[in-house]
Order: sequence, then C-alpha cells, then structure tokens
Amino acid sequence: MGLFRKNFGLLAFAAALGLAPLALPNDYYINVLILCCFNALIVMGLNLLMGYAGQVSLGHAAFFGLAAYTTAISTATLGLPIPVGMLAGVAVSAAVAWLLAVPTLKLHGNYLAMATLGFGIIVSIVFNEAVGLTGGPSGFVGIPRLKIAGFTFTSDKAYYFLSAAVLWVATLVSRRVIGSRTGRALRAIHVSESAAQAMGIDIARHKRFVFVLSAVYAGVAGTLYAHHLTFVAPSSFGFHFSVQLLTMVVLGGMASIWGAVAGAFFLTSLPEFLRMFEEVDILIYGGLLIACMMFMPSGLAGGAQAIARKLKAGVRRG
Amino acid sequence: MMLRLLSVVAALVLCAGQSLAAEPIKIGAVVSVTGPASFLGEPEKNTLEMIRDELNAKGGLLGRPVELILYDDESDVNKAVLAAEKLIKKDQVAAVIGATTSGSTLAIMNKFPAAQVPLVSMSAAEKIVNPVNPWVFKVAPSDRHAVGRILKHAQAKGYKKIAILTVSDGFGQAGREVLKELVPAMGFTLTADEVYGPKDTDMTAQLTKLKDAAPDAIICWGTNPGPAVVARNRAQLGMKTPLYMSHGVASRKFIELAGESAEGLMLPAGHLIVASQLPDSQPQKVLLLAYTSQYKDKFKGDVSPFGGHGWDGLKLVAKAVETAGSDKPAAIRDALEKITAFPGIGGVFSFTDKDHNGLDANAFEMVVIQGGDWKILK
Amino acid sequence: MFAGAPQYLISGLTVGATYGLTALGFTMIFNTTGIINFAQGEFVMLGGMLAVVLQKAGAPLPVAIMLAVAVTALVGCLIERGVIRPVGRTAPVNLVIITIGISILLRGAVMLIWGKDTFALPPFSGSAPLAILGAAVQPQSLWVLLITLLLLVALKLFFSRTIHGKAMLACACEQKAAALMGISVDRMAMLSFGLSGFLGAVGGAILTPITLTSYDVGVMLGLKGFAACILGGLGNPFGAAAGGLILGVLESFGAGFVSSAYKDAFAFIVLLALLFVKPTGLFGGPKSDRV
Repeated sequence: MGLFRKNFGLLAFAAALGLAPLALPNDYYINVLILCCFNALIVMGLNLLMGYAGQVSLGHAAFFGLAAYTTAISTATLGLPIPVGMLAGVAVSAAVAWLLAVPTLKLHGNYLAMATLGFGIIVSIVFNEAVGLTGGPSGFVGIPRLKIAGFTFTSDKAYYFLSAAVLWVATLVSRRVIGSRTGRALRAIHVSESAAQAMGIDIARHKRFVFVLSAVYAGVAGTLYAHHLTFVAPSSFGFHFSVQLLTMVVLGGMASIWGAVAGAFFLTSLPEFLRMFEEVDILIYGGLLIACMMFMPSGLAGGAQAIARKLKAGVRRG
Repeated sequence: MMLRLLSVVAALVLCAGQSLAAEPIKIGAVVSVTGPASFLGEPEKNTLEMIRDELNAKGGLLGRPVELILYDDESDVNKAVLAAEKLIKKDQVAAVIGATTSGSTLAIMNKFPAAQVPLVSMSAAEKIVNPVNPWVFKVAPSDRHAVGRILKHAQAKGYKKIAILTVSDGFGQAGREVLKELVPAMGFTLTADEVYGPKDTDMTAQLTKLKDAAPDAIICWGTNPGPAVVARNRAQLGMKTPLYMSHGVASRKFIELAGESAEGLMLPAGHLIVASQLPDSQPQKVLLLAYTSQYKDKFKGDVSPFGGHGWDGLKLVAKAVETAGSDKPAAIRDALEKITAFPGIGGVFSFTDKDHNGLDANAFEMVVIQGGDWKILK
Repeated sequence: MFAGAPQYLISGLTVGATYGLTALGFTMIFNTTGIINFAQGEFVMLGGMLAVVLQKAGAPLPVAIMLAVAVTALVGCLIERGVIRPVGRTAPVNLVIITIGISILLRGAVMLIWGKDTFALPPFSGSAPLAILGAAVQPQSLWVLLITLLLLVALKLFFSRTIHGKAMLACACEQKAAALMGISVDRMAMLSFGLSGFLGAVGGAILTPITLTSYDVGVMLGLKGFAACILGGLGNPFGAAAGGLILGVLESFGAGFVSSAYKDAFAFIVLLALLFVKPTGLFGGPKSDRV
C-alpha cells in the first residue's frame, strides 16, 4: 500500500498520458500533444537545473537544436541508421554542455543568464549561417521518419505513445535524481553555495552533472522532434524559444516535476485555445502570464497545492 | 407567443434546409499574420478575405458559398505544421493556400501528397516546385527569373564585376544561392558576397567592404526594411555604384522608407506597381488596376506583390473548382495542373505537369525609381 | 584592408549608442529595484513609434518627440504602480516573467493599433553626410552621440546633486536601510521605472531617423541592451553606456574584418570570453557572497 501511495502520482500520470488521445475530438490534437511532450521533456530538465540547483539558463533551445540538427545531418546527409543519429544527437548536446559547464557555471545570477543567452545566440547564428551543413534559414529538408527495429512510426498516434513513454521514463529518472544524494546536494547548493561547500559538497561537479543532465533531456526531445517533423529550421531554436522554456518552468512551478509538466502542457496548448480571439490572442497571452505570476507566485504546482490544502482543511472542518 | 415560437422554428428549419442545399466549399490557408513575416502575411490575409467576399457576393462557386479557414502560423514552422494538420484532418478542406514563408512551406509540403490535398504556396523558394511534387503548386515567381532579368540588364550595360549583399533569412538565402550560380554562369565575376541580418539597422560596414572590391554594380537581396537601410547607407557613403534591388521591395513602403536615397535604384518587379504604365493590350492591366483600387478602398493601404500572391492563390483554386465542377481535392489538383494563360497579379499562369509555378521571366519588368515613383526601364 | 577602419568605427559607435541608451534604462531599474526589465526594449520602441505616429498626425517633430517621451515615461510609472508594486517581494525570476509578459502586451498593443509596418522619421538636421577622418557620418549620428553624452552628464548630476537621485542610490545600496531613513522605496521604484521609460523613449525617438522603427524592434534592442549592461558591469550607468558602444564597435569590426554573416556571433564570443575571465563585466565590482 505504501509503495502504491508513493508512486500514485507516476501511475496516475501514466494513465493520463495513455488515455489522453481518447479524449480528443479529432486526430489533429495528437500533434499538439506530441509537441507538449517534447516541451515537457526539455522543461523537466531545465527545472532540475533551475528549480533544484538554482542555475538559470537562457540557452536551452540550443541544446534542443544541436541534437535535432546532429541527427538530421547524421541520418539524411551521412546516411547513418536512425538510432545512431539519435544517439549522436544526444551525445553532442551532452558534450557541448559538459564543455560549456566549466567556465559558465562559475558565473552567478544575471551574468550566468547572459552567458547562456550568448551561447544560445551563437549556436542559432551557426544554424542560420552554416548553409552547407544545416540548410540555412529556410531549413533542413528530408529527415527520415523514425524507424526502430523495422517499425516505422508512420501514424501520429504511434509517435505520441512513444513520446509519452519517453516523457514518463524521464519523470521516473528525475524523481530518482531528486531523491538521491546528488539531489540533496543540489538543493543545498541552491540555498547557499558557501554553506554547501563548507559541508564538503563538490559544487563544480554537481552543477556540471545537472547541467549535462538537462542538456540530455533537451537532446532527447530534439532528436524525437527532428524525426517527427522530418524538417528543422533555425527559427525553432532561437532566443524566443529559450525564453518560452524559462516561462514554462516558472509558470509551472520551480522545483516541481509535476509543475514542469503542467507548465509545458499549459503554455504549449494555450495558443490553441486562444485562436478564437484571433490577433488579440497575443494580448491575452501576455496578460495571462502577468496574472499567473501575480496571483500564483509559485506557479501552477504551487497554486494546485494551495487549493488542495484549502480543500483538506475544509474537509477536516466539515 | 405561440406564433413567435413557430416563426423561430420555421426560421431554424429554413436555415437548416439552406445549409443542406449549399454546404460551403472549404478552402484552407496558412498565413503568417503575426511574427517577423507579418508584413508579408498581412496583405495576403487581407486579400484572401477580400477575394472570398467577392466570390461569395457573386454567388460563390458551383452555387455554394466559399468558406475560407485561415490560420496564423505566427511565422513559426512548428505552428505552420500544426495549422496544416488542422486544415487537413480537422477541417478537411478541399485545398490549402500557403504558407507565407519558404521555411513554413517546406515544413508542411510533404504532408499533402499523403493527405491527397492540393497546396498552393505563396512563397518563392525553388525547392517547393523543383522537383515537382504532384500536389504542390506555387504562385510566387521564382528568384531565378528575377535574377535573370537583372543580369540581362547588367549585360546590356556592359558591367563585368558584380557584388552581392543578401539578408540572412529564407528570402535572402534563396536569392543568394541563385545569384551565386547565375552571376558566374552569365559571364560576370562575383567580386564580393556579403550578408546582413534581418533586424540590422546599419549596413555601412558591409557597404564599405563592397566599395573596396570596386564592383561595377551591386545586387541587394532582401525584403523591407533592410534594403531601405542599405539604400540610405549607400547615399551616406556617397557611393555611385549602380544598385539593383530584388522584387522583395516592390511596394510603396520601400520608397517611403528609403526616401531620396531610393532615387535611381533598379529592380525587377511584377507588373502590379507599374500597372498604369502598361499598354492596354497587356492581359493583366485591367485586373491589376482593379485590385489596386479595391485594396486601397477596403484597407486604406497600398498594395504589395505579396497580397497579390493571395489573389492568385485563391483565384486559381476557384478557377480549378469551377472547371472541375467539384470540390474533391483530387479533381481540384487535376484542374489546377491544366490551367493555361490565366492572367493573375503575379503574371500570366500556365501550369503543366512539369511546371507547377507556371510563370516565366515575363512575370517581371525591370523598373527604376525616379521622382519617388516607379518607371519601366526600356 | 584597414582603409575601412574609420568607417567601421563610426558605424559601430552609432549602432553602439542604440545599445548603450537601452542599457542605461536597464541600469536605472536594476539599481533601484534589482529587477531586470525585459520590457526595456519596448520602451525604446514606444518612444520611436509614438514619435512617428504623432508626427504623422501633424505635430511638429520636437513636439512629437517630447510628447512621445512623456507618454512612455508615464507608461513606465504605470507599469510599476499597476503590476510591479502589487506583486511585492517575490523571486527575481518571477519578476522577469512578469516583465516578459509586459513586453508581450506592449508589443501586441502597438501591433494592433498601428500595424506591422516599418516607419521612418526625418533626421533633425538634414541628411547630407559629413566627412570625419575619411569616414562618412550622418548628422543624425552626431545628434545621437551628443544626446547620449548629455544624458549621461545629467544622470551623473541627478545622482550626486539631487535628493531624489541620492535616495534612489540609497535604495540600490540597501532597501531596508533606505526605508528606515524615511525614503519611500515604492516611490523611488516608480521613479526609476519612469526614468527608464524616459531614457528608452529618448533613445527610440532620436534613433528612428537612422534605424527606422516598427512594433517589434524592441526584442533585439532589449537583448543587445542587456548584453551591453553585462559587458559593462551590471549596475554601473557608465559601464552600461560604454558596454553598448563597445558591443556596437565589436559587431561593426566583426562585419568588416571577420565575416558579415557571423558578426553578431563574433560580438557574443568576445562577451563570453570576457565573462569567463572577468565574471562581473568590465566595470563591475567584485561580488561578495553573503552567508
């Protein structure tokens, strides 16, 4: 029973992901769900970095893009098998993060934000200008559809279940990391680096670990994205997307896995609901961001917790 | 009370009857109404809606009203893909017009053969129709023809050395590729190849570099506002080297932004901006003048060739629906491919199974800016 | 090869002044409230767009600019009073998201009201270029550099001579202590938003004759302005202005001597390298960690 209770969230999440397609009025929305899964994956990694370790990144779109372009070039240009391309994509993201972590994570606050922002911009300029390699601003055409062990994911539904499964596994991994010794060390670093150091925590190593881990999450999402869309263009990996990711983390709730998922699903699907307002949707979007932060400072996760607490108190009283 | 209820019921029944008799023909559109490409998407959207109203005022197509389902892709490829999916799967449209940008079109076009729905693109990249995808057409003229017109003019002038300055977005990239191929192929030397960013506000550094290369002429490839800044910086630097622009700036806005420094610039442009100077025998003239005044009346703004892509896209689909006598996507596709000598805004279209653009170099006219207006170069 | 250098320098300084002016606005708000205002670029855009709209409506250019600046400063104050103050004490990253929301709102409103086109403004004193050191200079560039310099001097005097300026500096040092000394921290925060709107709008209005303007120019300016702040050392107004000029010159030299395609990348690589060597920017003080 205890085990069930402890893992209730994970089981409920699996059920929700599995049943979601049944609730959709038509097949189109499957695509929105797939995008939600990709974004949730990146945001979950970013939340580990920001929410638990307290390190800002305004360049995560770059890791997403690096993996997407690497698998695109490996499979379409070099003709390598798709699993090899995807592994290479994730590896490139991780390796770049590993190299970048050393000088970057020494920086603090706004300076760290600037360094990651600058890195993101440099990478997106390379995507844009290295035309021979990336296809330039008009994009990279002809990425093969995902095929693993002879099974091609032709239908969007199949692709959705794959992405959902990956997201679920990522959730599992995140929970493990947070509950582990490393997770506790990260939270200590967040509260006070000096105190953590005094406790004998190797700050540089832990920061680097979580930075690389978040890049791996973004990389996995990037490779899935490339083989789903079968087309990538630099505009998807720019500063704009990095800021969106940051917004998803904060709006969902810092230091909360469920918050990351909620933030990503909410902000990714929001434009679909706002479409009926046509061009005014941009005002509503901006207004909603402000309102959420004003009235739910700890994000969707915090807001839900507060409501749950109130309900519980009400039940007890009643 | 009873009477009122009855009349409501009667009205409802009538409405239902009517909608049964004339179910609308659904045509989809993916347009960049917002975001960086909105200056292209806005006139496209305006024109598409204007033509829809015009068609419906004349009784629609095949006696049925035309329903235009238009989604904004916010100049974002992901949103374009979602919009295309939605049109195909949810709205089940007969044909789709779009997208605004080459990147978005390339991202969505491989969905159309699978769905067996025709797509008429409003963006210029050659990759859209070369190699021919049986379900994909495009109404925007190819850069190849525009570059060809410029280089023919340069040849006649006896220029030998050409320098190019292109914007680093989809439009500039496509132009740059064609320029780098055709400039040497037509016997010129390419002396310099510089790039600027779509949001840059000062191009004197690039122009200074070009100046050092001492070319006989410069070709600048971009859409507003970059080329206006290039024109202003060229005047600032006192450069006398002839400057060619692309058809991407063929709208009033360019002259307004560049001001006096636009004087003497040359560009290949569609017939739209010089409609009043065309001979009466020109097959497009009447249409162009009508479109110009219609657009001005309705939106209080000037026409641009991009809005013209919307005109061409919807009118071509409408024509195909009428000749096919059906709104079945496959029938529309077959009919589109058979359209010949169809005068539009961008040119006179003649599609074949090997040519899904249907335009040639005659779609362009070399013009020069003189006295704040366009003049056809003879 | 180096023949173009004076021209690159002049172009770089002109573009750099745009970044510097945006960066100054960032510094005002950051110093008083500790907030990085992501809507700073939108203040610059508002200044330019309002000046264009008012001038088109028939106002003489100086009047149009003054009105545009006043309205933008007011918008700055309203943002502080309407959104920032009610939020109160919250995590810095939440305030960042709020300012991102504000920037989306401002941009969206301008787009819906005045459309998506690009607009120009006439230069203050003709467009006949002047020759300086073999480089061609637009007279408007001199106006921009001159006004930027005047603003810097005025700010210096404001902070060292006036009671409001000193109060704002006090808030920057230690808010609690400032409040205990009877300084209204709220009022100073509002003043800083107003001042930053003012600086941004002046920048927007004087730059538009050179750079043109549209509803979305604020995004790029905000980005480069922030980079300039960091380059100069966050919180130092002179660092911000200098950071802007350096960034502009880097880009221009990058375009001239390295590659015009990678000029922005070049500027950011230099910025990153600098941060790795000096983690608090060129003119920033060392950071002390409170335990």
